[in-house]
Amino acid sequence: MTAWLIKSAVIAGPGGHGVTDLLLADGTISAIGSGLSDAGAQVLDAAGLIALPGLVDLHTHLREPGREDAETVETGTRAAALGGFTAVHAMANTEPVADTAGVVEQVWRLGRAAGHCDVQPVGAVTVGLGGTRLAELGTMADSAARVRVFSDDGRCVADPLLMRRALEYVKAFDGVIAQHAQDPRLTEGAQLNEGEISGRLGLAGWPAVAEEAIIARDCLLAAHVGSALHVCHVSTAGSTEIIRWAKSKGWPVTAEVTPHHLLLTDEVAVGYDPVFKVNPPLRTAADVAELRRALADGTIDCVATDHAPHPMEAKETEWSEAAFGMTGLETALRVVQQAMVDTGLLDWPGVADRMSVRPARIGRLPGHGAPLAEGGPANLTLYDPAAPAEAVSPVGASKSRNNPFAGMPLPGRVVATFLRGTPTVLDGKLA
Amino acid sequence: MKRHLISAADLSRGDALLILDTAEELASLADRPIKKLPTLRGRTVVNLFFEDSTRTRISFEAAAKRLSADVINFSAKGSSVAKGESLKDTALTLEAMGADAVVIRHSASGAAHRLAGWVRGSVVNAGDGTHEHPTQALLDAFTIRRKLRASGGRGAGLDGIRVTIVGDVLHSRVARSNVLLLSSLGAEVTLAAPPTLLPLAVDTWPCAVSYDLDTELPKSDVVMMLRVQQERMTAAYFPSVREYSRRYGLDAARMARLPEHAIVMHPGPMNRGVEIAAEVADSARSTIVEQVANGVTTRMAVLYLLLGGTEFPEVAS
Amino acid sequence: MDATAHSVAGRDGLAVLDAEEIRRALTRIAHEILERTHGGDEVVLLGIPTRGVPLARRLAARIGEFEGLEVPCGSLDVTMHRDDLRLRPARALGRTDLPPSGVDGKTVVLVDDVLYSGRTVRAALDALTDLGRPRTVQLAVLVDRGHRELPIRADYVGKNLPTSQREVVHVLLTEVDGQDAVMISDEGRPE
Repeated sequence: MTAWLIKSAVIAGPGGHGVTDLLLADGTISAIGSGLSDAGAQVLDAAGLIALPGLVDLHTHLREPGREDAETVETGTRAAALGGFTAVHAMANTEPVADTAGVVEQVWRLGRAAGHCDVQPVGAVTVGLGGTRLAELGTMADSAARVRVFSDDGRCVADPLLMRRALEYVKAFDGVIAQHAQDPRLTEGAQLNEGEISGRLGLAGWPAVAEEAIIARDCLLAAHVGSALHVCHVSTAGSTEIIRWAKSKGWPVTAEVTPHHLLLTDEVAVGYDPVFKVNPPLRTAADVAELRRALADGTIDCVATDHAPHPMEAKETEWSEAAFGMTGLETALRVVQQAMVDTGLLDWPGVADRMSVRPARIGRLPGHGAPLAEGGPANLTLYDPAAPAEAVSPVGASKSRNNPFAGMPLPGRVVATFLRGTPTVLDGKLA
Repeated sequence: MKRHLISAADLSRGDALLILDTAEELASLADRPIKKLPTLRGRTVVNLFFEDSTRTRISFEAAAKRLSADVINFSAKGSSVAKGESLKDTALTLEAMGADAVVIRHSASGAAHRLAGWVRGSVVNAGDGTHEHPTQALLDAFTIRRKLRASGGRGAGLDGIRVTIVGDVLHSRVARSNVLLLSSLGAEVTLAAPPTLLPLAVDTWPCAVSYDLDTELPKSDVVMMLRVQQERMTAAYFPSVREYSRRYGLDAARMARLPEHAIVMHPGPMNRGVEIAAEVADSARSTIVEQVANGVTTRMAVLYLLLGGTEFPEVAS
Repeated sequence: MDATAHSVAGRDGLAVLDAEEIRRALTRIAHEILERTHGGDEVVLLGIPTRGVPLARRLAARIGEFEGLEVPCGSLDVTMHRDDLRLRPARALGRTDLPPSGVDGKTVVLVDDVLYSGRTVRAALDALTDLGRPRTVQLAVLVDRGHRELPIRADYVGKNLPTSQREVVHVLLTEVDGQDAVMISDEGRPE
């Protein structure tokens, strides 16, 4: 394996190193310091760049098996690498659903074969996402895919008894249930956040309480049985208050927020363009402000993209007919810079914590999320925060084009991504 | 530049008055031996109706034909749409046929907006889901002005006229358009409905809200009844049709409590016996039949102003 | 060319007719109408908005003074029949107000302020045809400024005013503009 000398980067992590060099050899960071010798190593001039531990996404939809028209493991992981990710958790709502060892191992193998980043499959909580019978969680945990995160994402585990059982069951193998909080009865036919905009546009509302009520219930359940709950894509101010309260009690609750919920509000729906249709929906400016604060103070543990690719015909239609979801892997770090760093709410070590350290910890993912240190795995991302703000291109590595940021100027640029010492992205392009 | 009429919010007070005054001039056409004007000769108006609505479609068809436009009717049943053709592909087909204007009625809110992005001609929203129905509001405003203003009210707005709209506001595109248009013309609008049938953020709308129809009746110059669908009962919006009728239906007793000059309106089709009693619908106060005639006139005005020149004229607000 | 400078208050341009001359011209036209229609028999005056309308009313008033005859008077808007609609944004419509006796079998005298290309009158003839069948149609104008583009001519003319096409003729009437005058200038007044 080629050794790499990364010169003059600024490491984003605890105990700031100032401008420093990193030497990557044999898959680890063999040295950190200034004026390191470049003997036998390829040199990468990282002047002005920030070195982050490789980003970890707790929530991605790679669509394979079943919906390869929208995305494949190959194209999705390319997009991930370009976004600075070295590991992604692939959600289970594929066709067939990832509710058996067979499917999760297939996804795991496809990830290894593609080689752009590590793919950690997420197992479904219930068979077929039907919400009535537990899936073989233990077998998935024991499989080659080593599943630890289980989620019916796309659907809510609405039955309180089933949710309790699932939380209890995964204690046996240090698993975590990641809930897509959406009370199905309160959101039948829902299209958009219930509020002033939905009333004006004549679209059925998705009330905040449908998310908050489930989160409250699940926090209490997790506390009652002493098991780990992770809340997917928190979208309302009320939800953050509940999570803050649960954490104050010392309960084992973690939470994630998507980049789009940190930047966009339901106002963008006014032209009825379904590129902005997503589940949970975009909310109000007050919600966005509260989500940012919660991410800054750690109430929300991490940023997870919920990258949800869809083919054009699923989005080029009337709003009510369109699919829910937005892509996000390639723009995530730039959106976080715009929403959190450039606003002074979070510094780069904070970004490293929220986009790498904590997601890896929540996902129980060894080998990722380690702060950059000598001897640690050489998973890192080099990012240029000073790159001139450029309009996001609608075309990227993802197979799908449903990108809400297309045409919007965002700062920053992912320059390089290294996976165990091998570059997957160099100079902003796939290596 | 105004190319489309998609929402009543697109119209300033000046725009709305221009449409009403134009309609006033065109109204006399119905009494002439030749009920036709050459103005839109050579223009093609397509009626793109994905939802069944014979009355509205015929109204637009009559309006276009009286202006000598060519009319093409497209209804969704038994068409390529029923076979799964997307709205976008239907729009592209119309483009290829050279439609100068497309009048669209669709069951999805926002369909008119989307169509406007795919065709070069003018889009007139004839009702999209539960969003808006601006020409209905225009013909309602025209009817109110003619009935309640001296000499038909040429040039006048609806300032100070008190309008109460009753019924399923939550699912009503007619209510949304009317609240916007009537209030921009200066009317005082009140919505009367059970809380379940009002949108959550209705307090941001330019109107008052009441849960009690009886208190509103003596202070109303216009009562506009909205159709209530029986299916709303199964979705728990109200417990029974009987209770709805008792609390919010306009029967003869309630009609008697209206001021003498007050009129009763309904966009149709009516559920006689539910939101409106038969004797009220057939009474002298009811403008329901005139609303239909006024519909042709107002739609003629809209089509003329959109298509008669290069574009809808700029009106000083 | 009879253009003489008169001091008429308030406008750029040259005044070619003042209030007194307008009054005399209308009086003459009223007499001419009576002469050529056997004393105003079955005459209906229809003014073309905007300024043709008060002119028609003034003519009707004078005929009433001279002969004690009440001539039916109304307005005929021609907007919908214009041939230049597609050149600019849609125009607001003027009033069409036919007297109760209608136009069938009548001698309709169209009244307008300025006769220029003749297209307005052509549109008026088309509009009139859709309203009924007059026995004859005649045309009275306050000013004929030449440059006809269609075979149209006026039966009654207040003043012949040869102009260049660069010039603009403004007719001001008390009912609309607060004073009576006919002005010529080089810039245009937006129509």
